[in-house]
Amino acid sequence: MLSYIIRRLLQTIPILLAVALLIFVMFSVIPGTFASSMGDDGRGLLDAEVIERMNREFGLDDPVHIRFAKYVWQLVQFDLGHSFRSRQPVSQVIYERMWPSLQLSFAAMLFAIVVGVPLGFVAAMKPGSIIDMGSMVLAVSGLSLPKFWLGLLLMYLFALHLGWLPSFGYGDGGLRHLILPAVALGVSPLALLARTTRAAVLDIMNADFVRTARSKGMSEARVIRWHLTRNAMVIVLTTVGLQFGSVIGQAVVVEKLFAWPGLGSLLVDSVSLRDIPVVQGCILAIVLFFLVVNLLVDVLCAIIDPRIKYT
Amino acid sequence: MIRKLTLAAAMSLAAFAVAAQEPRQGGTLRFTAPYGSSFASLDVHSTNRIQDDIWSKALHRTLYNWDSAANEPVPELIEEVTVADDGVTYTMKLRQDAYFHHGRQMTADDVIFTFTRIMDGAQAYPPARHVRLIEGAVAVERGEAEEISGLRKIDDFTIEMVLVDRLDPGFSFYHGNTSIYPADMAEIPNFDTAPVGLGPYRFVEYIPGSRLVGERWEQFYKEGKPYTDRIEILIMGEAAARDVAFRNGEIDVSVLGPVQYVAYQNEAALADNLLEVAEIFTRNMGMNPNFEPFSDPRVRQAINHAINSDLIIERLVRNKAFRATSWLPIGSPAYDDDLEPYAFDQDRARELLAEAGYPDGFSFEWTATANESWGIAIVEAVLPMLAQVGIEVNIVPVEGAVLSEVVRAGDFQAYIWSNTSGPDPLQTLKCYHSSTPQSACNYVQYNNPEFDALLDAAGATADTDERIDLLKQANRMLYDDAVVWFFNYNKAVMAYQPWVHGIQPNATELAIQYYEDIWIDETSPAAN
Repeated sequence: MLSYIIRRLLQTIPILLAVALLIFVMFSVIPGTFASSMGDDGRGLLDAEVIERMNREFGLDDPVHIRFAKYVWQLVQFDLGHSFRSRQPVSQVIYERMWPSLQLSFAAMLFAIVVGVPLGFVAAMKPGSIIDMGSMVLAVSGLSLPKFWLGLLLMYLFALHLGWLPSFGYGDGGLRHLILPAVALGVSPLALLARTTRAAVLDIMNADFVRTARSKGMSEARVIRWHLTRNAMVIVLTTVGLQFGSVIGQAVVVEKLFAWPGLGSLLVDSVSLRDIPVVQGCILAIVLFFLVVNLLVDVLCAIIDPRIKYT
Repeated sequence: MIRKLTLAAAMSLAAFAVAAQEPRQGGTLRFTAPYGSSFASLDVHSTNRIQDDIWSKALHRTLYNWDSAANEPVPELIEEVTVADDGVTYTMKLRQDAYFHHGRQMTADDVIFTFTRIMDGAQAYPPARHVRLIEGAVAVERGEAEEISGLRKIDDFTIEMVLVDRLDPGFSFYHGNTSIYPADMAEIPNFDTAPVGLGPYRFVEYIPGSRLVGERWEQFYKEGKPYTDRIEILIMGEAAARDVAFRNGEIDVSVLGPVQYVAYQNEAALADNLLEVAEIFTRNMGMNPNFEPFSDPRVRQAINHAINSDLIIERLVRNKAFRATSWLPIGSPAYDDDLEPYAFDQDRARELLAEAGYPDGFSFEWTATANESWGIAIVEAVLPMLAQVGIEVNIVPVEGAVLSEVVRAGDFQAYIWSNTSGPDPLQTLKCYHSSTPQSACNYVQYNNPEFDALLDAAGATADTDERIDLLKQANRMLYDDAVVWFFNYNKAVMAYQPWVHGIQPNATELAIQYYEDIWIDETSPAAN
């Protein structure tokens, strides 16, 4: 297992380099530069001389291959460069926004798991019932509802009309401000988890070993706990891992709506402003997060199911 | 001289009448920064975005402020200004009661340090374009000198500033990104994350992407101000979210978009607390003279006649704009009240096109962004109007950053944009001087020797009335030549809670307020 983990960690290096190359090529060919973005609202007249100096200062007037070589050399030294906009190290810029992103992602996934997995179980235990049909309608709705619209709905209901929760902002980073954005973000993975759990449990319920366990006189509770749950968890966990990684990237709409200071809104702002070092840094951070989470999920799966062996 | 009330000031009279109550001390002002989901950085010299001006007015001060009532820059950190007969040498006596948040008194050294810092060419600070007004600044920028020769310390509280041209320095040095920094900033720990300034509030905390908080600076030089104990500047780029938060009483002000403007006007409780200001931004369609049809002023005039601008303003922009007559907006001192906008007259448009040699019309590409007030939606509304006079349009959709680039490079046939058109009418109209490159702001490469002569004369005269008259003539010339399709001037609308008093009708940008003049009464949820 240890060698497998080490191997997986080493595999992240070429993946990250490939992602870095892809982002670099993309932003080399799309039009617009940081300097031109500073005057995009027509409000602050941009000085031609300042633009020229900026391009020189940020190395944007170097040939593409020189810029890429410099970037790779920096990456090798774990240096993500400096933000064009704030002129701070990219690592610091990302660090400041990483914790709120993790908070939101964890909270959203926790909501999705705590509600979605039991919902999927219950639906599977009573197939064709009202509970089953209701939970699947909820699941489909969750996957279909736009996060922006859902977020606004939550704001109107829980903040404006009921006055239970604040409608926006990070506040003191506590639970009250986290609930609404976490629910808005978590509904979609909740729906997917409910459906996945239901399908996994239904599949396992008809397996021979479950029939054998029942015929041996095992109680239903024990069958659910020892056989159904444990075997379904491998599939569910894999889905959790995939969702977890993508949630941090999907959070941008929710972050912008709720003024939540996460990586997603930073990424979108930086793309609009062509703050390329920050864009590269954010994407690399998200990809790294995705890879690490999935590695953890794979390890957990191996722990839950001893039949899984990684070599 | 009797100053004409701007439309903005007239609209705000009611607000001021209410604000005649005695200001109350205390509470927290919860202001919003609506132009994005972050600030660029806490070094205000490194940015030129309005979003950063919003927070800088809380923590910092500039040599001049913008007086919204008089609609002109006024000395702020300067106690007294005298101008020599040459019209370019300014002697500025600084106020002696201005203290930085770390306790040190402001002196001439701080002003000289600040402007020299801004001119560090290696940093490419955007406000360099303002400081270039001072003689010798360019040499510092190019690394040819270490000091700005035109900026001299007379004594600890007096500086002499020699300008390169007869321009009012107030129009340059009221911008937030020319804020005066302490000369000893390198010795102040964590200055880049906890800035020290001269503003009415001292820094408390900054959560990137969320908010900046300041607390009253007890040594602020305006006695009794600021009124509130704290200020929270909340970063809220989404209009829908601001709407909910405002209705919920969680924020004290909200800049409205067209959709919210209509909604708020129709609700009695909200309609009473709207401040509307004609800002200094002109929405326009620029036409590239290198594209043959647009080289003929008759074609440009025809386009102005062919488009029913009033209808578009009413239906699409929801009356959140004023019809443009020429380039200079309503709040400009050189705005011409007598100038009528181009009439919607498609017959006249067809006549002009025929005269210009396009009786069957022509087609062109129109570059536009997704902006709801001056973007693709507007272009799509114009398409059928131009089609009725035989002009076919192909839309080229682009991002904001790309629009700026293609326009400056001249890589367009036509574009639609919102461009700053003030506050200094001379500086504004210089964009159309033939010596101004396209990459600067002469995007349509206007070249008219008579226009140039008017501007040169306006710049040379010290007589304010004569200058204004010359600028009005120049503005009229832009109208006659139809340099652009004159669409509208932005109407900025800010909703404010009934417990908020002292909001200023700032025509340069309504979201920029001088917070020391704002107070909240006891009905605010954040009154204590």
